[in-house]
Amino acid sequence: MIRHLLRIALPCLALAALVACAEMPGAEQVVAKEALRGTGDLGIVVERAAGSVLVIETTHRRTLSQIDGLGDLSHASAVYSRDARYAYVFGRDGGLTKVDLLAGRIDKRIVQAGNSIGGAISQDGTLVAVSNYEPGGVRIFDSESLALVAEIPAVYDDAGSRSKVVGLVDAPGRRFVFSLYDAGQIWVADLSKPSNPGIRKFTDIGDKPYDAMITPEGRYYVAGLYGEDGLALLDLWHMEKGVERIMPGYGRGEAPLPVYKMPHMEGWAMAGDLAFVPAVGRHEVLVIDRNGWRERARIPVKGQPIFVMARPDAREVWVNFALPDNDTIQIIDVQTLAVSRTMTPGKAVLHMEFTPRGEQVWISVRDEDRVDVYDTASYEKLAALSAEKPSGIFLAARAHRIGL
Amino acid sequence: MAERFGLLLALALLPSLAVAEISAARQAQLRHMLTHDCGSCHGLRMNGGLGPALTPAKLANREARALAAIILHGVPGTPMPPWRALMSAEEARWLAELMKQNSPNGSPKP
Repeated sequence: MIRHLLRIALPCLALAALVACAEMPGAEQVVAKEALRGTGDLGIVVERAAGSVLVIETTHRRTLSQIDGLGDLSHASAVYSRDARYAYVFGRDGGLTKVDLLAGRIDKRIVQAGNSIGGAISQDGTLVAVSNYEPGGVRIFDSESLALVAEIPAVYDDAGSRSKVVGLVDAPGRRFVFSLYDAGQIWVADLSKPSNPGIRKFTDIGDKPYDAMITPEGRYYVAGLYGEDGLALLDLWHMEKGVERIMPGYGRGEAPLPVYKMPHMEGWAMAGDLAFVPAVGRHEVLVIDRNGWRERARIPVKGQPIFVMARPDAREVWVNFALPDNDTIQIIDVQTLAVSRTMTPGKAVLHMEFTPRGEQVWISVRDEDRVDVYDTASYEKLAALSAEKPSGIFLAARAHRIGL
Repeated sequence: MAERFGLLLALALLPSLAVAEISAARQAQLRHMLTHDCGSCHGLRMNGGLGPALTPAKLANREARALAAIILHGVPGTPMPPWRALMSAEEARWLAELMKQNSPNGSPKP
């Protein structure tokens, strides 16, 4: 009986002996030994300058371990294995690192390109794709071994020019979708046969797509455009319709304001029928009605929005900003479509991550070397964890969501 | 030899001339901004990203004055914004000199 239970439990709850990390003294940061545990309340915080990640746990709001040796982590992001045990961390310097959350160590690491921007994991969890600036394209790896499986150079003209690749996401059916920044194209790669990827290319989708996202059900791919006011929309259920421009000319011809940091599309907010996206060069959050993809409203906010994220109950949308307003978070009430609260967590608020059911939000405050945890009902600060120049926060619950 | 010494002397003097007008605290802020804010696009180690690499090798043939102008006014048609609302002309010039001098691995000198 016990053997039977173990057989069930072991694959789900790996036996993790989390040994205290000598570099991180402090009772609350050290877990001497824990036997069985899940990863549902775990996550990582990127320490961008130190090239390390912290493994954090949201139930007791504490740091479990620090893992270093991940290279240049400016603009680093992560996706999770389907068992939510491993984080794949994509570094700026082309590093792809598979981090074992339970053991608190690097499982595998490769440097797969000269300069990269992000990645995705396939629907079935077998393939990890990385979008590269140098050499421009996408490389696809076996998620278990990190062995190269396929390469898709982003060549867009007869001269062999390669574009930087941005906005890479997974889509249902073992597909990856991404945008070519320099070429203004969206490509859909079908990896059903990894040795021979099928690629469908959409050209003239708009000027300088800078990032993109896929709706939570995996149907619509939306790229933000830096070079013009508007967004590019691709309906993956009806690719024969091609790429449609939505919200064209949202800046109404006004000269754009300086953008001191590129906004992010990933993690943009879907709340009911409404989608909330950062405007580029306008101090506004754009609200789009998903029925017909038409503008519903534009909400004035304090600065250039960077992340626009829905609280999981979809009643609020939280927004952070580029310099010089990056000490601030504003909260939009989805029912009134107006800012309901302004908070100033500290200098250089880089990222926010909600726990899966949304009762807490974790906020990285880079220039104060801190990650703050807030209660999203009372807006009170519950905890502050020290972290060296923290940026992205990625919780393991992302393992089970399309596009994250 | 004398020529070379003269060049070294000139290189050594250039930043100090600019430094005279910028407080140590502000210099620390500017270094921080270079690493973390410029680094968002150009890489923490200035090896490039959405924006081009800004290592001393890449900047060897660029004049500090021209680089300072790019910092202040941005590059129209690209994501490089004008930074003049956040720093003075002297500070941009100082940053340009710093970028040209940074050690080969790109980490700003302490």
